[in-house]
Amino acid sequence: MNSVETVLVAMLAGALRVSTPFLFVSLGECLTERAGRINLGNEGVLVLGAMVAYATSYLTGNPWLGVLAAAGAGAALGGLHGLVCALTRVNDVAMGIAILLAGNGIAFFFGKPFVQPSAPGLPGIPFGGWSSVPQVQSALTVSPLFLVGVATAFGMAWMFRAARLGLRLRIVGDSADAARALGLNINRTRLLATMAGSGLAGVGGAFLSLVYPGSWNESLSSGQGLMAVALVVFARWNPVGCLGASMLFGAAGALGPSLQAVGVTSYYYLFYAAPFVLTLAVLVATVRPGRAVRGMPGELSIAR
Amino acid sequence: MPLLAILAATAVFCAFLLALGRSPASFFQLVWTGAFGSWFSWRNTLSRAAPLLLTALCVAVPAQLGLVVIGGEGALVLGGLSATWAGLQMGGAPGPVIQLAMAAAGAAAGAVWLGIVGVLRARRGINETVTSLVMAYIAIALFNQLVEGPLRDPASLNKPSTYAIPKAAVLPTLPGLDVHPGILIGGVACVLCWLLIARTTTGFAARMTGGNVRAAQLQGLPVAWLMVGACALGGALAGLAGMIEVAAVHGRANASLVAGYGYSGILIAFLARQNALAIMPMAVLLGGIGAAGGLLQRRMGLPDAAVLVLQGMIFVAILASETLYGRIRWFQPRATA
Amino acid sequence: MTDARVPTRRRVVGGLGVGAALLASGRVLPARAAPKPVTIGFIYVGPRDDYGYNQAHAEGAAAIKSMPGITILEEERVAETDDVVKTMQSMIKLDDATLLFPTSFGYFDPYMLRVAAQETGVQLRHCGGLWDKTKHPMNAGSYFGYIGMGQYLNGIVAAHASKSKKLGFVAAKPIPQVLINVNSFAMGARSVDPSITTTVVFTGDWSMPVKEAEATNALIDGGADVITCHVDGPKVVVQTAEGRGAYTCGYHANQSALAPKGYLTGAEWNWAEVYKMYATKMQAGEKLPNFTRGGLADGFIKMSPYGPAVSEAARKRADAVKAEIMKGGFAVFKGPLLDNTGKQVIAGGAAYPETAIEIESMNWLVEGVKGSLA
Repeated sequence: MNSVETVLVAMLAGALRVSTPFLFVSLGECLTERAGRINLGNEGVLVLGAMVAYATSYLTGNPWLGVLAAAGAGAALGGLHGLVCALTRVNDVAMGIAILLAGNGIAFFFGKPFVQPSAPGLPGIPFGGWSSVPQVQSALTVSPLFLVGVATAFGMAWMFRAARLGLRLRIVGDSADAARALGLNINRTRLLATMAGSGLAGVGGAFLSLVYPGSWNESLSSGQGLMAVALVVFARWNPVGCLGASMLFGAAGALGPSLQAVGVTSYYYLFYAAPFVLTLAVLVATVRPGRAVRGMPGELSIAR
Repeated sequence: MPLLAILAATAVFCAFLLALGRSPASFFQLVWTGAFGSWFSWRNTLSRAAPLLLTALCVAVPAQLGLVVIGGEGALVLGGLSATWAGLQMGGAPGPVIQLAMAAAGAAAGAVWLGIVGVLRARRGINETVTSLVMAYIAIALFNQLVEGPLRDPASLNKPSTYAIPKAAVLPTLPGLDVHPGILIGGVACVLCWLLIARTTTGFAARMTGGNVRAAQLQGLPVAWLMVGACALGGALAGLAGMIEVAAVHGRANASLVAGYGYSGILIAFLARQNALAIMPMAVLLGGIGAAGGLLQRRMGLPDAAVLVLQGMIFVAILASETLYGRIRWFQPRATA
Repeated sequence: MTDARVPTRRRVVGGLGVGAALLASGRVLPARAAPKPVTIGFIYVGPRDDYGYNQAHAEGAAAIKSMPGITILEEERVAETDDVVKTMQSMIKLDDATLLFPTSFGYFDPYMLRVAAQETGVQLRHCGGLWDKTKHPMNAGSYFGYIGMGQYLNGIVAAHASKSKKLGFVAAKPIPQVLINVNSFAMGARSVDPSITTTVVFTGDWSMPVKEAEATNALIDGGADVITCHVDGPKVVVQTAEGRGAYTCGYHANQSALAPKGYLTGAEWNWAEVYKMYATKMQAGEKLPNFTRGGLADGFIKMSPYGPAVSEAARKRADAVKAEIMKGGFAVFKGPLLDNTGKQVIAGGAAYPETAIEIESMNWLVEGVKGSLA
């Protein structure tokens, strides 16, 4: 393979594996925000999910149990967020930051004994058998969790458009008055959406610790959860948009290391910033005044 | 009311400690000793609180217009870097002159960086939360590239840094205290911001815009200018925090500037309900918990994360207690909130 | 890692030791005085159990915990800001520490030097700093190990294992301590086969698991078949390389359990030796050395046992070179030596053994390394 091919293969691989935590957290956040609530705490949920998944997989020997446990731990932390935010005057942005701290703290506290051991990870599904190039084969070894994420994205998009549940969620998120008029239970809907969203974010954490990079330590997340929340705005609260944004972000993230590996060695800090520069550039290029709030749920505290 | 919340969080945390077989009594005694129990502990607490005052204001000022700016970290590191650069340009000048130039350069860099966020929001309608976060990451990358590349002092071996600022420019500790003047500057900034927000027409216009953008526009208020101005002022304050870190603590710009003060500031601002005066006690509380953390690790063998758990619980409780604000007459939020 | 059990056993033994000492001083043998009580503070920049840099120091601290009369204070995740100044002062003022080990490089200047100047009755020894008699306080000092020699041996073993003649190095930042390792690794490999190239990828920070995995994959995609690293926790790099079927050389600690097939050997710290030396001298009331360095011969560093993939020829050659190094005076860096831009960095005739202070300010990548500094 020549240099250009190596970089392209790395970006393809990045779009498939670096993207997945962003995908799950942004889908979770998308669900929560569509119901009218923000959860910045999903960064903490991601870290807690990573730890719980790794510990469970190590103790039981079954990585899928780890994924389930991560979803459960995430939903529990999301439940706390949902319950407290249901009280009047509680600011969900601030509460999210408190949840972020609590999630990190619990994960670090109980995660100490699991830094060193090796837990069984989730094996990937080889889709690259058609190619004789080992690099392509490796890049196309796709984790089943990524496929779950893709299915969730399309499923969620369908739900928001056509399913009763999705429509109710959107009404609650867009106008509390309309929801009340229809007799919907706003707090319960938001609580469940927050729990489900954080459950997804927990699965994103499980991907980090069980698939890629497939190890638990305290610096595992370098802000992926926080950035994923930003990607929801970028994706205009559209689940399929979240998929696209995450894959773009993952591919751009693979640029920095692979360029160095093929000999473009200068200015690597700037190449590492590529995903952020790209996000900013796309925002500036696509958002037009007046169209900005399109897709934004009307009940979000940042919309008011 | 926050006291009641802290008590509730304390109770939950006691249960947590008991479940782990640790004594809550010695835990809280150590928190007291480490954070407020002696003159040394107070100095420790205050010096940790110092940078957080300005970074919290960086969140609270734009928040008056309803803007959620979470990228103070970027303004802080670029402020620190450009302050260092300014200090290096003015080699022979008298100390106070260099310090003023550094402060101006730091504030200017921060103001421009977050001013861009304000412009994008006001002119293009791009969400300021996202742009400020993304720009913080870009700022840190730019900072690292410059510090490890063109601005690096070749003699800074294993910790890539810029050249050291002139000795005359170093901010001395406050006389009689072993605390750097950041705490004083931050305190003054809190009071000034409070006056600006609560006692001037500009502040009133900003709060009105925060209450209802359309009404403010109908009133003919310069909403766009207010947005850009608030973001730029917030950035200037964070940039000033970077300058103080360089001039009082590090003496040069390096990776130590990227310490997460910008992110702690977000939490403090929200805990203080965006009230510039309330930022002061909240920053001291956070500083105190940080100061006590070391003692807990050493005397009780608890990991560093125990402090994170305690912080998370206290903040959840304080925020949950806000539901009681307004129901009790003497704690009605002031007009400034 | 097999060491997991060791601290527990040591703690038990230590407990018995203290008990015995108390008995001894109290009643049975009044003539023998208990060792002088000394409180020693250790400060770590990251979590104490990171399976890498910080853990290596924490294991050193655990090793002296059992010495009678020694009290250990530990603080983890202390930032390289005013925080570390306050931590040092707090250890001194509230817990009566008389010897401090701030273990992260970034703690040295200005933070530790500031505390050393204030607290003249306290000894401070810093890991990796370049203490200078003419510039720095006399109660301060620094210690470090010549781990570059371990990377040189890693390079020799890697060269024998590599079929593609391309090696990969995942590094955090282009600073002298890292560059010594990158260059030593490359020179070790080139001493076996001068056509071998080493590609280095800088991740930009000490602990970035996702970037480290990406860098490892990118190096392997680019053809490298032996990978080593210098980051705080090498676990991700070693595991990723094993998953891709590449060989690895370890760093900081023995990671062979993570890569039973591909782990060749590794350069490990052995801080217990260093800390024991300081603690013993402190108790005896002797003056502590200000500038301490040591290598393989001094027991400051050691090599992991060879893995199953290491050939007989590789073992022979590495063992022979190791024996040379143990004798002292072995110079990896000797002139004429070119850097990877073709510039001569060491003049003909000059030779820098591990003890040469010049190499601790290295700012170039040697010929045969693909990469640049910023």
